[in-house]
Amino acid sequence: MALLTAEEWSAVRLSLQVATSSVAASLPIAVLISLVLARGRFPGKALLDALVHLPLVLPPVVVGWLLLVLFGAQGPLGRLLHDLFGIRLVFTAEGAALATAVMGFPLMVRAVRLSIEAIDLGLEDAARTLGAGPLDRFVTITLPLMSPGLLAGAIIAFAAGLGEFGAVITFVSNIPGETQTLTLAIYTAVQTPGGEGTAARLAAISFSLALAGLLASELLARRMRAWLGR
Amino acid sequence: MTVSVSVTQRLGDFALDVAFEAPSPGVVALFGPSGSGKSSIVRAIAGLSRPEAGRIAVDGTVFLDTEARLALPPEKRRVGLVFQDARLFPHMSVETNLRYGLRRAPAGERRIGFDAVVAMLGIGHLLARRPHTLSGGEKQRVAVGRALLAQPRLLLMDEPLASLDAARKAEVLPFLERLRDEIRLPILYVSHDWAEVARLADTLVLLDQGRVIAAGPVADLAANPSLPLAAREDAGAVLDGTVAEHLDARGLTRLDASGIPLLAARLPHPPGQRLRLRIPAREVSLAAEAPRLLSVHNILAGEVAHITPGHAPGTALVAVRVGGVTLLSQVTQDAVSRLALGPGSPVHALVKSVAVLRV
Repeated sequence: MALLTAEEWSAVRLSLQVATSSVAASLPIAVLISLVLARGRFPGKALLDALVHLPLVLPPVVVGWLLLVLFGAQGPLGRLLHDLFGIRLVFTAEGAALATAVMGFPLMVRAVRLSIEAIDLGLEDAARTLGAGPLDRFVTITLPLMSPGLLAGAIIAFAAGLGEFGAVITFVSNIPGETQTLTLAIYTAVQTPGGEGTAARLAAISFSLALAGLLASELLARRMRAWLGR
Repeated sequence: MTVSVSVTQRLGDFALDVAFEAPSPGVVALFGPSGSGKSSIVRAIAGLSRPEAGRIAVDGTVFLDTEARLALPPEKRRVGLVFQDARLFPHMSVETNLRYGLRRAPAGERRIGFDAVVAMLGIGHLLARRPHTLSGGEKQRVAVGRALLAQPRLLLMDEPLASLDAARKAEVLPFLERLRDEIRLPILYVSHDWAEVARLADTLVLLDQGRVIAAGPVADLAANPSLPLAAREDAGAVLDGTVAEHLDARGLTRLDASGIPLLAARLPHPPGQRLRLRIPAREVSLAAEAPRLLSVHNILAGEVAHITPGHAPGTALVAVRVGGVTLLSQVTQDAVSRLALGPGSPVHALVKSVAVLRV
């Protein structure tokens, strides 16, 4: 007997794919925003900080609705993307990745920002006097030293992204094989008479993935701290 | 070739307003109490802070000229900076740290070689190690090597030994002396430790509250009674000497200090070796006539240059000129009046051989 049905597999696969692409797409932006928040001094910094953290406190349904308004077929950004690149986000896996990325963004920024703030600025001064320009310093000093936070942030966002529900279902609905992620599949199974078995199996997978993510994050962070001699 | 620095900068309540020139190559020490502006000057020279006004030039390269609206960024100045906390990059091996500046130095100007620096600083066995596994003294040596290998126009050392204990200091100092003697580079050495400065520096810039109170050769400033150096408990003359010969039968070494012969207890250094010497003022006695049958080896005829009150009440600091050098003697006011000493009086300075110290 197969462990999972084809439909259940497709939900697991889709979840992994959505979480991966959401992390991959948002990581560079998270690094940029974290740098700005950790190092920058400008008016409106508090507002930017608040905006970044908004998905943490807003009901996910509201985030999904906002995405629908902005990126829907009639939304300003949605229309722009469609006209320029032919990209449609509503009711697609890409849309699910966007919703997941927005929800996971604050988690990622928190981890990355902390790791940037922990870097001794004196090291960058030292690199400057040794002839390293801004980009050179970022690549050879800042980036490696913030890598523990980068990895931790990515893994946490990935693990949380596997379980994103409200924003995804609001923005891209719950279409089996297209936008039905692991969490949505569990929800559907619970709603379906006789779906208890499916729900339990998928819940167990969800549980293991989340646990593995957290453990991997902790383990990697420890490895990297040892590598950096902290 | 010279290093010329002139900067004014306001930092909160503190105002820095200094100007000095220093010969190149050579070691210039910025010496003064904490808060006197030493580190601010270093940061301004390295380009890590921006003075309101000033001009900084090293061997013809202008780093900063606020009138001409010119300020090279730190990465273009090629100034080797050794920080008090070594600031080695924790994610790189010692070797990668050492090569960091070297790889970024212009290919045509790599005159200080990797192997030579590693050998000079005695860090060959550390190359594969990570910075966090090094002792404080080892870290500082690697930091010095890293700064040197960046092929700097000027080496800045900001209290490089201040965070080390006495034993670690003693371990690193000989390497800094070799550096001074072997690499022809202007070096600016910041310290609040008089012993370090007296040992390493050729030129001294005395700082207090953001201002230069005196600048000149170490020996001149050490013997100048109007400066705070003379008010120190360990006030004394600083001389440059050369080992002339060893008198092994007598357990003595004869030194030549600017033409003045000095006998010291047997030193381990070979004849011809140049040494920085210190003769503490309280180890120098004075006599109006040359005494005979005395245990003291060095009886030097000279004349009194000036007399100032000593750092303790009832004492006096007498500067005695002997040939080309000035010795300091700390005696009581009573002794000054008994010997009827005044500027120009002929006098004999008595210096025990064990009081001729290698700094």
